[in-house]
Amino acid sequence: MPLLELKNLSVAYRLQKGYLMAVDQVSMEVNEGEVLGIAGESGCGKSTVALSVLRILPKSARVTGAVAFGGEDVLTMGDERVRAYRWKHVALVPQGSMNAFDPVISVGAQIVEAIRLHESAGKEEAWRRARELFGLVGIPKERVTNYPHELSGGMKQRAAIAMALSLSPKLVILDEPTTALDVVVQKQILSLLARLQRELGVSFMFITHDLSVLAEVATRVAVMYAGKLVEVGPADVMFRSPSHPYTQALMRAIPNVHGDISQVKSILGTPPDLTSLPKGCRFSPRCPHSFGRCTVEEPRLLPSTTGSMAACHLVGG
Amino acid sequence: MEQGGGGRPLVEVRNLSVGFSASMGFFKKRTVSAIDDLSLAAWEGESLGVVGESGSGKTTLARVLVKLLRPHSGEVLFKGEDVLTQTRKEERVYRRKVQMVFQDPYESLNPRSTVWDAVEEPLLIHHVAGDRHSRGEMVERLVAMVGLDPGAVKHKYPHQLSGGERQRVSIARALAVSPDLLIADEPVSMLDVSMRIGILDLMLELKRKLGLTLIFITHDLGVARYFCDRIAVMYQGKLMEVARTEELLERPLHPYTKLLLDSVPVPGGAGPAPPEAVDADPRPAPAGCKFSPRCPYARDRCRGSAPDLTEVSRSRYAACYYPLTS
Amino acid sequence: MTENKRVTSGVLIIGIFVFMAVFAPWLTPYKPQVVSGSPYSPPSFQHWMGTDDLGYDVMSQVIYGARISLTVGFTVALAATSIGSLIGLLSGFYRGVVDEALMRFTDVILVLPSLPLAIILAAYLGPSVITIIEVLTLTSWPLVARVIRSQTLSLRERPFVDAARVAGASDARIMFKVIIPNLLSLIAANAVLAITGAVVGEAGLDFIGMGNPSVVSWGTMLYWSQNLGAVLRGAWWWILAPGLCIAFVGLGAVLISIGVENIFNPRLRGR
Ligand SMILES: Nc1ncnc2c1ncn2[C@@H]1O[C@H](COP(=O)(O)OP(=O)(O)OP(=O)(O)O)[C@@H](O)[C@H]1O
Ligand SMILES: Nc1ncnc2c1ncn2[C@@H]1O[C@H](COP(=O)(O)OP(=O)(O)OP(=O)(O)O)[C@@H](O)[C@H]1O
Ligand SMILES: [Mg+2]
Ligand SMILES: [Mg+2]
Repeated sequence: MPLLELKNLSVAYRLQKGYLMAVDQVSMEVNEGEVLGIAGESGCGKSTVALSVLRILPKSARVTGAVAFGGEDVLTMGDERVRAYRWKHVALVPQGSMNAFDPVISVGAQIVEAIRLHESAGKEEAWRRARELFGLVGIPKERVTNYPHELSGGMKQRAAIAMALSLSPKLVILDEPTTALDVVVQKQILSLLARLQRELGVSFMFITHDLSVLAEVATRVAVMYAGKLVEVGPADVMFRSPSHPYTQALMRAIPNVHGDISQVKSILGTPPDLTSLPKGCRFSPRCPHSFGRCTVEEPRLLPSTTGSMAACHLVGG
Repeated sequence: MEQGGGGRPLVEVRNLSVGFSASMGFFKKRTVSAIDDLSLAAWEGESLGVVGESGSGKTTLARVLVKLLRPHSGEVLFKGEDVLTQTRKEERVYRRKVQMVFQDPYESLNPRSTVWDAVEEPLLIHHVAGDRHSRGEMVERLVAMVGLDPGAVKHKYPHQLSGGERQRVSIARALAVSPDLLIADEPVSMLDVSMRIGILDLMLELKRKLGLTLIFITHDLGVARYFCDRIAVMYQGKLMEVARTEELLERPLHPYTKLLLDSVPVPGGAGPAPPEAVDADPRPAPAGCKFSPRCPYARDRCRGSAPDLTEVSRSRYAACYYPLTS
Repeated sequence: MTENKRVTSGVLIIGIFVFMAVFAPWLTPYKPQVVSGSPYSPPSFQHWMGTDDLGYDVMSQVIYGARISLTVGFTVALAATSIGSLIGLLSGFYRGVVDEALMRFTDVILVLPSLPLAIILAAYLGPSVITIIEVLTLTSWPLVARVIRSQTLSLRERPFVDAARVAGASDARIMFKVIIPNLLSLIAANAVLAITGAVVGEAGLDFIGMGNPSVVSWGTMLYWSQNLGAVLRGAWWWILAPGLCIAFVGLGAVLISIGVENIFNPRLRGR
């Protein structure tokens, strides 16, 4: 049984007129001890997936489909149960959380507060844990008393991750956790995740717009485009031989240290407006391989020849 | 202090040091050294990359260069003239010649100003394009130059733009007064991967067209490679290595440069073992080489005293007693 | 949407009072200080809100009273908000010595008890509307200054302020063209609330006899009704009428201040 399972999850935000389908019929799962990477451009619905798993979507959102954690239906949990489920079972490092620290309270005190809010730990004990967590994420322990503005951007992000780890959850959802970090710290975070996964069996859902980040850490990779899951598969397959033209384009958009720099290309155009989607395949207006059928019929997610599942007419039968 | 560049230095810092006092508990204060005795020059017409991990002092360096911050000691020279002792009038001129694009496109535009106002502001301040009409034309030209449709965006507020569009506005704003030097502090790090190349290509094109000198701050060596002629590697406020981009990436001399290179995630396969030197963040800084606590090649000499940046081989500069290929 | 409705109702309420003040001579059935009925007559067709101890028409007094009360309210709000905003802005922007000096000064004023101050000033300047405006302005700007200062402190650290500086903007430009636009909703909200404070304050000072008792205002009406034992005589209308007016101005002001952010924040404006 997968640890977390999304089945035909759809999330629509109510707008002044009509709805905006931010997530459209997405099914995926996170198995125990696995790192599932979710990649895709800004606005494709990655954060919305994360918010639905924690059930912290704004009131204007309408959710259909199912979210199950350890077999238990998350969407119908009672309030009490949800409170226990968040943080203790599933923790979230929200997007931009490094800037969410209260500027007038030391970072350590904020972690202590979070710990003591959920557990009956003494002040001493909580501070000890906070220091430990700082060490764990690579910030010198004595800087636990620093105020947010005294830490560099990278340090703040690491502190935010430390905060999420404070109650030893089973699944940690990281929303763009390394976006503001440099390569070395990013690598440290990635290896830290690998270590936690190995030693504590923690599972991760790792959301990013930078596919290359997922290269080493993810066991499986899911790529989203305009609210749809367009390709999902084992990481090595996704990186060695991506099937969907969008996955391929994402790979090419990353300037790398090695390899041919002239191959680097930006993806032309912009993602579609979710309130007025193109007919057929949503990627077709930007797709170099688009043909007649693509603008008429929406492709379904089907097994590709390489071993992933892809939603593309060129890939499916 | 040629450091592998050529021609004339446009901007130069000499023995620059900057420290901040940080609180350690309620009453204790301690000084965090952000830049420590750093000397570096950007040559006219080049794009110089400043690369280093989080907290290495890159932003601090940029803030000193645009005079948002006064260094504790050291010199800043622009075209050979001292920047720190400028009169008000000289400072106005300097502010026109040196512009900056900030890291966070979501925070660096005034939320209460339209795109139009934002691009017009520097023109007004520096009395460029005197009358309303020619100013209007100039704003339109600038907005179009950065690849935006003036008609569609000029009356929009920042929150109505995507991150990439905002960064384009910031670039238009910076270029409005035709600066000689543009400092870009991680201009794409907060942008979507799909938008990054677009912005980088735009900056490359504008640099060529306008003959700008660029100081490009990034922690992404891939981006630096795409963009820079020369790369300066910083670690904890010190310069570790300076070299031409290809040479630095192909054959790093400093162990820290190598660590940076090895940290780049490699698509398609697990890279070399990740650096586990997590707990080794050495504060307070050791007397010796700042990188020595994390350096796999460190010897006693490295811990005893800090090496200066020296020419290791032809036009290769590194601050290391035992550079990797010698 | 609902917030816009709130603002609209607030504006409507205040608007009605302003209308009353401006067109008082045409709206009132009697002159406010002319005997037009028998003393203490309860509300009737001739006197919708009854009469006072001298047989003056209460409704006419209430309508004329709006002139003084609103003048004091608007003047004090404008003056106190301007002074407070400027001091708060300078203090928060320059920090350091400037901040220290301005805030010490503000604190001194802030702890001055307004009643004794009013009594002393009134003794010095003589009881009048001007005295009331001065006293109320003096005692209400410090709160505004505090609020604006703390917001300025946090705004000046925002990157777009750095960006303006790099673009070459002077201190004055940064304060007035960059920071102030971001403070407008806060300033406006403070100004609107200051109106209520001033209207109530005016009534309070009148009530203890600091104003000119022969001038008609809601405050002096309350002063006389209290002094002459309106309650004991069962002349509830004499208290209720000015009391309700003050309460409604307060309500209108609060309604506006809630929605003021919508007007100034472009992010919310479009909705
Ligand atoms: N509260 C909301 N009300 C209305 N629309 C929303 C809301 N939150 C998000 N959206 C829209 O839903 C879509 C998906 O948003 P989401 O935040 O999930 O994207 P994302 O993939 O996380 O993007 P990013 O990489 O920028 O964080 C976007 O088009 C966004 O504008
Ligand atoms: N205002 C400040 N007060 C105290 N310490 C500061 C301040 N600004 C920066 N620092 C410290 O100075 C050092 C260098 O910071 P700087 O912002 O220059 O790093 P950076 O290389 O730009 O990092 P990043 O990649 O995270 O942006 C860090 O240790 C940081 O904590
Ligand atoms: Mg998101
Ligand atoms: Mg920085």
